[in-house]
Amino acid sequence: MNSTHSGGDGKALELRIDRKTYLSADRVPVDVIRGLTLRLGAGEFGALIGPSGCGKTTVLRIVAGLDTDFTGECRWPPEHRLGVVFQEPCLLPWRTVDENIRLVLPPDRAKADLSDLIDTLGLSAHRAHYPGELSLGLARRVAIARAFAIEPDFLLLDEPFVSLDEAVAARLREELMTLTASRNVTTLMVTHDLGEAVQLADHLFFLSDRPSRVVLERRLSTVRAQRTDTFIRSTAEELRSALLVEAAAPR
Amino acid sequence: MLARVLSLSALLAIWFLAAALAHSRLLPGPLAVAGGLLADIKTGELPFELACTLARVAAAFTIALILGSVVGFLMGQSSDFNRYADPWLIILINLPALVTIIFAYIWIGLNETAAILAVALNKLPNMMVVMREGARALDPKLDDMASAFRLPFASRIRHVILPQIAPYLAAGARSGLSIIWKLVLVVELIGRPNGVGFVMGSAFQLFDMTKLLSYAISFVVIMLVIEHLVVQPLEQHTFRWRRQSA
Repeated sequence: MNSTHSGGDGKALELRIDRKTYLSADRVPVDVIRGLTLRLGAGEFGALIGPSGCGKTTVLRIVAGLDTDFTGECRWPPEHRLGVVFQEPCLLPWRTVDENIRLVLPPDRAKADLSDLIDTLGLSAHRAHYPGELSLGLARRVAIARAFAIEPDFLLLDEPFVSLDEAVAARLREELMTLTASRNVTTLMVTHDLGEAVQLADHLFFLSDRPSRVVLERRLSTVRAQRTDTFIRSTAEELRSALLVEAAAPR
Repeated sequence: MLARVLSLSALLAIWFLAAALAHSRLLPGPLAVAGGLLADIKTGELPFELACTLARVAAAFTIALILGSVVGFLMGQSSDFNRYADPWLIILINLPALVTIIFAYIWIGLNETAAILAVALNKLPNMMVVMREGARALDPKLDDMASAFRLPFASRIRHVILPQIAPYLAAGARSGLSIIWKLVLVVELIGRPNGVGFVMGSAFQLFDMTKLLSYAISFVVIMLVIEHLVVQPLEQHTFRWRRQSA
């Protein structure tokens, strides 16, 4: 039916979901995704944008290998490491910040020095704390540190900045940009915030309502450092109208 | 702490008074019991009988804890397995302790295996129920995290699963310990030539209240010591992360 994680070329990611259904409460199958394809080049930062409930998180779960019950294919390079930042931080409450980050390290990196990474994310003072003592912003940082600690080839982010106040979210976005730029990781981020997507991503995929598919795909060539507030606002505006045209066009 | 000391002293005072008033062989005072206790410790009889009982408690406890945890956990994880195992569990839970004990002695014989097995079998269903709940309460999000980061099986068990079921394990172990030591006395009374239960049986036939009381008290003291020196420090260590989270 489907083959996940078979070999592909380079460190690119290719995903094809022909069909993904859920059983509703009264046992009727509901199509969540139909005919969705997505290709992300090596080192690219992709963003999946769509209305809530359109199945963005489902796409991410399929890519992460957490959901194998779909028709289609997800092609990976044969050797790869995957880092995931979930919507909730998903830290182990009974392990300290340091232990939470080190827990996921592969054996060959077990002794790795993580101080740089932990510094970049402003967690140095919290290494010995338990997650219960952290604010949501800090817990998110730990989740991001954990994903980067394994030196991933691929990074999946599920609305990593949702329900943070804007100042904290803006700082975390900066930190994320620094990290992805310095480590050449292929990233796929799910978000419903168009501005955020325009600020961070090189490759935007817009999803339709259920059953969801990619209705609009756009590459941004402007380098991230030059994406000013005005650029972000005008690009977002332009993309919004492009989406409206797309929606009005007959299928 | 002060409240405890006062309350225990009051109990002691009431006992003292009642014994003095009754002035009967059937209610020896605290001093007489303490005398009997010391004498039995000196002859080595009391330590020996206590050791026999404690060894049986430890054996039955270990078997019930390990077997009950594993089977209960699997029942919580797989609803298919649960459908088949649940009727057995219900039968086991509703079987009176005395019935299991007598069956074990008749089928296996009047020996140590039968005694320990009968006690373990009585605790088993309770442990299974508690652990089944524990397995059902596992957080699927942490499970996703572990899968996404490809955590090896051993570290998944140690860092993700065990800490989540630790409160259930602790609750099961605690109630288990108190059920088990009471049942061990019963199996000893019925079919063992040593142990606290056996001594109580013979003391009962001789109406030796001093002996009954001194054994009962020393056993309670031992169990309290185990609770304070082993169970509580272990719990505190396991749940140390909770103190910080406000």
